[in-house]
Amino acid sequence: MATEDKAEGGLVFHPLDQFIVKPLFGDGPVHWYTPTNVTLWMAIALLAIVGVFVLGSRGRAVIPTRLQSIGELIYGFIYKMVEDVTGKDGVKYFPYIMTLFLFILFANYLALIPMSYSPTSMIAVTAVLGFGVFICVTILGFVKNGAAFLGLFWMSDAPAILRPIIAVIEVISYFVRPVSHSIRLAGNIMAGHAVLKVFAGFAALTLVSPVAIFGIVAIYGLEVLVAGIQAYVFTILTCVYLKDALHPAH
Amino acid sequence: MATETTEAVGACVDAGGSALGMPQLCADWMPNQIFWLVVTLIAIYFVMSRIALPRIGAVLAERSGTITNDIAAAEELKNKASEAEAAYEKALVDARAEAAKIVAEAKAEIQAELDVELQKADAEIAAKTAESEAAIAEIRDGAVKSVTQVAKDTAKELVAAMGGAADAKTITAAVNARMKG
Repeated sequence: MATEDKAEGGLVFHPLDQFIVKPLFGDGPVHWYTPTNVTLWMAIALLAIVGVFVLGSRGRAVIPTRLQSIGELIYGFIYKMVEDVTGKDGVKYFPYIMTLFLFILFANYLALIPMSYSPTSMIAVTAVLGFGVFICVTILGFVKNGAAFLGLFWMSDAPAILRPIIAVIEVISYFVRPVSHSIRLAGNIMAGHAVLKVFAGFAALTLVSPVAIFGIVAIYGLEVLVAGIQAYVFTILTCVYLKDALHPAH
Repeated sequence: MATETTEAVGACVDAGGSALGMPQLCADWMPNQIFWLVVTLIAIYFVMSRIALPRIGAVLAERSGTITNDIAAAEELKNKASEAEAAYEKALVDARAEAAKIVAEAKAEIQAELDVELQKADAEIAAKTAESEAAIAEIRDGAVKSVTQVAKDTAKELVAAMGGAADAKTITAAVNARMKG
């Protein structure tokens, strides 16, 4: 009995506790303005971004330092993505897309630090990002193209009978975009971190702990990939939606 | 007891401090996340659009400008180098032509001098030859005369020894006839 109790005591599975929002100071309720661990890790992401992009490029060196080089690489990467996907007229939205990419990238990678908090695993955060992109892009589409923006849903090269059906499908898929856009990011990050915690829980059992620790290492490696890839996917989808708004014709 | 604690902490956490359901779906926490997300995004946007992106863009533009300038300068230097090479080649060709001209001139001069000397030598040789021929002719004449004299004398002596008396005139005529024959 005693050993069983001990084993049960060792196996504590609360893989979702890492996502609990806690106030930074005191133990009171979480109001909308309360500084919480979400605030803390978003602030750390902001400071890291400032560190790389502002302090790193402080020297404005023609021959860059390492940090400046990282900033320039990310700049060039996102700039080229925006230019390639949306065309020349999409380049003026580059700062917005850069902001989204940097926030997601830094939040994802900072969340991989043990004991850290991952804001991008929260559906409320990614929903704001995803619906923000959706609303901005939709408004932009109507402002730039007027009613012609609705041509996005009307496949003029499809057979006439199919066009209304395709239009309905297109409209549904258009409105599903922000949902998939935000759940993709939150789901990936949350699932990865929860799985890490599950493996960590198993590591308390002596018998399976080598497997569990190997599992943690493997999943962590996977999460390092996922963190970058999800930031990239979110950004390139934003570019694609922006392109649809700027050039709605198929 | 448990419900009291839950109420105190919030609707999303149980008495032990563990999450009830998914923390992601806890509506109590959403305004907080959304508020701080918006603050963070606005901060990142301002830092990026006001400071970082123009600066990095300027640095990249400056770098590409520097590279373009350097390439242009290198191109110019290359052109200068090829010009200098062409000038050098031309100078070399000129110098070669000059040298050939000088060589030809020297050859012609030497040839002229040589011709003059040869003519002089030829003339000298001809003069010497004529002189020698004259001397030889003289010697031959002298020799013929001597031989004639010796022949006359010998003939006279032979005639006298034979016991004949011969006058000088006859013997001379006879010797002359023989010498001709």
